[in-house]
Amino acid sequence: MQKLYTNKEYLDHVEKEAPKSKVARNIVRAFFVGGFICIIGQFLNNILAQQGIGKDAASNITVLIMVFLGAFFTGINIYDDIGRFAGAGSIVPITGFANSIVSPAMEFKSEGYVTGVGARMFFIAGPVLVYGISASVVAGILHYLITLSR
Amino acid sequence: MLGYINAFIIGGFICAIGQLLIDKTKLTPARILVLFVTIGTVLAALGIYQKIVDVGGAGATIPLTGFGYSLAKGAMKDVDQYGLLGAFTGGIRASAVGITAAVFFGYLISVAFTPKAKR
Repeated sequence: MQKLYTNKEYLDHVEKEAPKSKVARNIVRAFFVGGFICIIGQFLNNILAQQGIGKDAASNITVLIMVFLGAFFTGINIYDDIGRFAGAGSIVPITGFANSIVSPAMEFKSEGYVTGVGARMFFIAGPVLVYGISASVVAGILHYLITLSR
Repeated sequence: MLGYINAFIIGGFICAIGQLLIDKTKLTPARILVLFVTIGTVLAALGIYQKIVDVGGAGATIPLTGFGYSLAKGAMKDVDQYGLLGAFTGGIRASAVGITAAVFFGYLISVAFTPKAKR
Protein backbone atom coordinates (compact mmCIF):
# COMPACT_ATOMS: atom_id res chain seq x y z
CA MET A 1 0.00 0.00 0.00
CA GLN A 2 1.29 3.44 -0.94
CA LYS A 3 2.04 5.78 1.91
CA LEU A 4 0.11 9.02 1.85
CA TYR A 5 1.75 12.20 3.07
CA THR A 6 0.03 15.19 4.57
CA ASN A 7 1.22 18.51 3.16
CA LYS A 8 3.45 19.15 6.13
CA GLU A 9 5.01 15.70 6.09
CA TYR A 10 5.64 16.06 2.40
CA LEU A 11 7.35 19.45 2.81
CA ASP A 12 9.49 18.07 5.64
CA HIS A 13 10.39 15.17 3.42
CA VAL A 14 11.37 17.50 0.55
CA GLU A 15 13.41 19.64 2.92
CA LYS A 16 15.26 16.60 4.22
CA GLU A 17 16.03 15.07 0.84
CA ALA A 18 16.60 18.11 -1.37
CA PRO A 19 20.01 19.43 -0.19
CA LYS A 20 21.45 15.93 -0.19
CA SER A 21 20.51 15.23 -3.80
CA LYS A 22 21.75 18.70 -4.79
CA VAL A 23 25.19 17.85 -3.44
CA ALA A 24 25.10 14.51 -5.26
CA ARG A 25 24.05 16.26 -8.47
CA ASN A 26 26.89 18.80 -8.16
CA ILE A 27 29.43 16.03 -7.56
CA VAL A 28 28.25 14.06 -10.61
CA ARG A 29 28.44 17.19 -12.77
CA ALA A 30 31.94 18.03 -11.47
CA PHE A 31 33.05 14.45 -12.11
CA PHE A 32 31.82 14.39 -15.72
CA VAL A 33 32.98 17.85 -16.78
CA GLY A 34 36.33 17.52 -14.96
CA GLY A 35 36.85 14.07 -16.41
CA PHE A 36 35.95 15.32 -19.88
CA ILE A 37 38.49 18.17 -19.67
CA CYS A 38 41.12 15.59 -18.70
CA ILE A 39 40.17 13.46 -21.71
CA ILE A 40 40.85 16.49 -23.93
CA GLY A 41 44.25 16.80 -22.24
CA GLN A 42 44.95 13.10 -22.74
CA PHE A 43 43.94 13.38 -26.41
CA LEU A 44 46.28 16.34 -27.02
CA ASN A 45 49.08 14.58 -25.18
CA ASN A 46 48.66 11.39 -27.23
CA ILE A 47 48.61 13.28 -30.54
CA LEU A 48 51.71 15.32 -29.57
CA ALA A 49 53.60 12.29 -28.27
CA GLN A 50 53.21 10.67 -31.70
CA GLN A 51 55.10 13.58 -33.31
CA GLY A 52 58.41 12.32 -31.96
CA ILE A 53 59.13 15.46 -29.92
CA GLY A 54 59.70 13.61 -26.66
CA LYS A 55 57.52 13.00 -23.62
CA ASP A 56 58.37 16.22 -21.79
CA ALA A 57 57.75 18.46 -24.80
CA ALA A 58 54.43 16.71 -25.46
CA SER A 59 53.15 17.29 -21.93
CA ASN A 60 54.47 20.88 -21.92
CA ILE A 61 52.64 21.72 -25.15
CA THR A 62 49.52 20.02 -23.77
CA VAL A 63 49.62 22.34 -20.75
CA LEU A 64 50.26 25.31 -23.04
CA ILE A 65 47.19 24.54 -25.17
CA MET A 66 44.95 23.76 -22.17
CA VAL A 67 45.90 27.04 -20.49
CA PHE A 68 45.22 28.91 -23.72
CA LEU A 69 41.82 27.22 -24.12
CA GLY A 70 40.87 28.03 -20.52
CA ALA A 71 41.83 31.67 -20.99
CA PHE A 72 40.17 31.92 -24.41
CA PHE A 73 36.84 30.40 -23.35
CA THR A 74 36.83 32.76 -20.38
CA GLY A 75 37.46 35.68 -22.76
CA ILE A 76 34.49 34.80 -24.96
CA ASN A 77 32.33 34.43 -21.82
CA ILE A 78 31.72 30.70 -22.18
CA TYR A 79 33.90 29.30 -19.38
CA ASP A 80 31.96 31.00 -16.61
CA ASP A 81 28.74 29.44 -17.96
CA ILE A 82 30.44 26.03 -17.88
CA GLY A 83 31.51 26.85 -14.33
CA ARG A 84 27.96 27.57 -13.20
CA PHE A 85 27.02 24.08 -14.35
CA ALA A 86 30.16 22.13 -13.46
CA GLY A 87 31.45 23.81 -10.29
CA ALA A 88 34.75 22.22 -9.27
CA GLY A 89 34.76 20.27 -12.55
CA SER A 90 35.81 23.47 -14.28
CA ILE A 91 37.71 25.04 -11.34
CA VAL A 92 40.15 22.24 -10.50
CA PRO A 93 41.65 21.52 -13.97
CA ILE A 94 44.45 23.77 -15.25
CA THR A 95 41.89 25.46 -17.54
CA GLY A 96 40.26 26.69 -14.34
CA PHE A 97 43.58 28.17 -13.24
CA ALA A 98 43.63 30.17 -16.49
CA ASN A 99 40.00 31.13 -15.87
CA SER A 100 40.90 32.38 -12.39
CA ILE A 101 43.41 34.72 -14.02
CA VAL A 102 41.34 36.08 -16.90
CA SER A 103 38.02 36.44 -15.09
CA PRO A 104 39.02 39.05 -12.45
CA ALA A 105 41.46 40.75 -14.86
CA MET A 106 38.69 41.43 -17.39
CA GLU A 107 36.33 42.51 -14.65
CA PHE A 108 38.72 45.14 -13.30
CA LYS A 109 40.03 46.44 -16.63
CA SER A 110 38.34 49.77 -15.89
CA GLU A 111 40.91 50.30 -13.09
CA GLY A 112 43.68 50.40 -15.66
CA TYR A 113 46.23 48.05 -17.15
CA VAL A 114 48.62 48.04 -14.19
CA THR A 115 46.58 48.07 -10.99
CA GLY A 116 43.50 46.75 -12.82
CA VAL A 117 44.48 43.95 -15.22
CA GLY A 118 48.08 43.43 -14.08
CA ALA A 119 47.31 43.13 -10.39
CA ARG A 120 43.89 41.43 -10.47
CA MET A 121 45.20 38.62 -12.67
CA PHE A 122 46.79 37.22 -9.53
CA PHE A 123 43.78 37.50 -7.24
CA ILE A 124 43.55 33.67 -7.08
CA ALA A 125 46.61 32.65 -9.12
CA GLY A 126 48.85 34.62 -6.70
CA PRO A 127 47.97 32.55 -3.62
CA VAL A 128 48.20 29.35 -5.71
CA LEU A 129 51.74 30.28 -6.78
CA VAL A 130 52.74 31.39 -3.26
CA TYR A 131 51.67 28.12 -1.64
CA GLY A 132 52.63 25.86 -4.54
CA ILE A 133 56.13 27.28 -4.98
CA SER A 134 56.77 27.49 -1.23
CA ALA A 135 55.67 23.88 -0.76
CA SER A 136 57.96 22.81 -3.61
CA VAL A 137 60.93 24.58 -1.98
CA VAL A 138 60.21 22.74 1.27
CA ALA A 139 59.94 19.46 -0.69
CA GLY A 140 63.29 20.21 -2.35
CA ILE A 141 65.03 21.02 0.95
CA LEU A 142 63.63 17.86 2.62
CA HIS A 143 64.72 15.82 -0.38
CA TYR A 144 68.20 17.34 -0.03
CA LEU A 145 68.38 16.46 3.67
CA ILE A 146 67.18 12.91 3.03
CA THR A 147 69.78 12.34 0.29
CA LEU A 148 72.47 13.80 2.60
CA SER A 149 71.62 11.40 5.40
CA ARG A 150 71.86 8.37 3.11
CA MET B 1 41.36 3.63 -25.14
CA LEU B 2 42.11 2.51 -21.59
CA GLY B 3 44.26 5.63 -21.24
CA TYR B 4 41.21 7.82 -21.90
CA ILE B 5 39.04 5.91 -19.45
CA ASN B 6 41.70 6.19 -16.75
CA ALA B 7 42.16 9.92 -17.44
CA PHE B 8 38.39 10.42 -17.23
CA ILE B 9 37.98 8.49 -13.98
CA ILE B 10 41.03 9.87 -12.14
CA GLY B 11 40.47 13.44 -13.38
CA GLY B 12 36.76 13.26 -12.66
CA PHE B 13 37.40 11.84 -9.22
CA ILE B 14 39.83 14.64 -8.28
CA CYS B 15 37.28 17.24 -9.41
CA ALA B 16 34.51 15.44 -7.51
CA ILE B 17 36.60 15.72 -4.30
CA GLY B 18 36.87 19.46 -4.97
CA GLN B 19 33.10 19.73 -5.40
CA LEU B 20 32.49 17.77 -2.21
CA LEU B 21 34.74 20.18 -0.32
CA ILE B 22 32.93 23.20 -1.80
CA ASP B 23 29.49 21.83 -0.87
CA LYS B 24 30.31 20.32 2.50
CA THR B 25 32.76 22.86 3.91
CA LYS B 26 33.02 26.61 3.86
CA LEU B 27 36.00 26.47 1.51
CA THR B 28 35.85 28.96 -1.38
CA PRO B 29 37.11 27.98 -4.85
CA ALA B 30 40.29 30.03 -4.22
CA ARG B 31 41.03 28.00 -1.09
CA ILE B 32 40.27 24.76 -2.94
CA LEU B 33 42.86 25.65 -5.60
CA VAL B 34 45.49 26.54 -2.98
CA LEU B 35 44.68 23.35 -1.07
CA PHE B 36 44.89 21.20 -4.21
CA VAL B 37 48.21 22.59 -5.41
CA THR B 38 49.67 22.08 -1.92
CA ILE B 39 48.29 18.54 -1.61
CA GLY B 40 49.74 17.75 -5.05
CA THR B 41 53.14 18.98 -3.89
CA VAL B 42 53.03 16.94 -0.69
CA LEU B 43 51.85 13.75 -2.44
CA ALA B 44 54.56 14.22 -5.07
CA ALA B 45 57.23 14.65 -2.39
CA LEU B 46 56.05 11.41 -0.77
CA GLY B 47 56.27 9.62 -4.12
CA ILE B 48 52.53 8.90 -4.13
CA TYR B 49 51.42 11.26 -6.89
CA GLN B 50 53.83 9.71 -9.40
CA LYS B 51 51.85 6.48 -9.07
CA ILE B 52 48.59 8.34 -9.72
CA VAL B 53 50.16 9.97 -12.81
CA ASP B 54 51.38 6.58 -14.05
CA VAL B 55 47.79 5.31 -14.02
CA GLY B 56 45.76 8.43 -14.74
CA GLY B 57 47.97 10.28 -17.24
CA ALA B 58 46.35 13.61 -18.07
CA GLY B 59 43.66 12.79 -15.52
CA ALA B 60 46.34 13.38 -12.87
CA THR B 61 48.44 16.10 -14.56
CA ILE B 62 45.60 18.39 -15.79
CA PRO B 63 43.97 18.98 -12.36
CA LEU B 64 45.78 21.55 -10.22
CA THR B 65 47.18 18.81 -7.99
CA GLY B 66 49.27 17.96 -11.09
CA PHE B 67 50.67 21.48 -11.02
CA GLY B 68 51.84 20.88 -7.45
CA TYR B 69 53.23 17.52 -8.54
CA SER B 70 55.26 19.12 -11.32
CA LEU B 71 56.57 21.82 -8.92
CA ALA B 72 57.74 19.29 -6.32
CA LYS B 73 59.09 16.81 -8.85
CA GLY B 74 61.10 19.60 -10.50
CA ALA B 75 62.49 20.82 -7.17
CA MET B 76 63.61 17.32 -6.18
CA LYS B 77 65.10 16.64 -9.62
CA ASP B 78 67.12 19.86 -9.51
CA VAL B 79 68.32 19.05 -5.98
CA ASP B 80 69.68 15.77 -7.34
CA GLN B 81 71.49 17.69 -10.05
CA TYR B 82 72.61 20.97 -8.44
CA GLY B 83 72.35 20.36 -4.69
CA LEU B 84 70.41 22.61 -2.32
CA LEU B 85 70.15 25.40 -4.90
CA GLY B 86 67.89 23.08 -6.88
CA ALA B 87 65.14 23.51 -4.28
CA PHE B 88 64.90 27.11 -5.48
CA THR B 89 65.25 26.49 -9.22
CA GLY B 90 63.51 23.21 -9.97
CA GLY B 91 59.89 24.05 -9.17
CA ILE B 92 59.60 26.94 -11.59
CA ARG B 93 61.84 25.25 -14.15
CA ALA B 94 59.51 22.23 -14.33
CA SER B 95 56.30 24.26 -14.37
CA ALA B 96 57.59 27.19 -16.43
CA VAL B 97 55.30 26.51 -19.38
CA GLY B 98 52.14 26.52 -17.26
CA ILE B 99 53.06 29.66 -15.33
CA THR B 100 54.28 31.61 -18.34
CA ALA B 101 51.37 30.54 -20.55
CA ALA B 102 48.90 31.49 -17.83
CA VAL B 103 50.47 34.94 -17.38
CA PHE B 104 50.96 35.66 -21.11
CA PHE B 105 47.66 34.31 -22.49
CA GLY B 106 45.84 35.52 -19.39
CA TYR B 107 47.05 39.07 -19.95
CA LEU B 108 46.48 39.02 -23.71
CA ILE B 109 42.94 37.71 -23.44
CA SER B 110 42.03 39.98 -20.51
CA VAL B 111 43.05 42.95 -22.63
CA ALA B 112 41.42 41.72 -25.84
CA PHE B 113 37.99 40.75 -24.46
CA THR B 114 35.40 42.43 -22.28
CA PRO B 115 33.18 40.64 -19.77
CA LYS B 116 29.52 40.06 -20.43
CA ALA B 117 27.30 42.80 -18.97
CA LYS B 118 26.11 41.88 -15.47
CA ARG B 119 22.57 40.59 -15.38
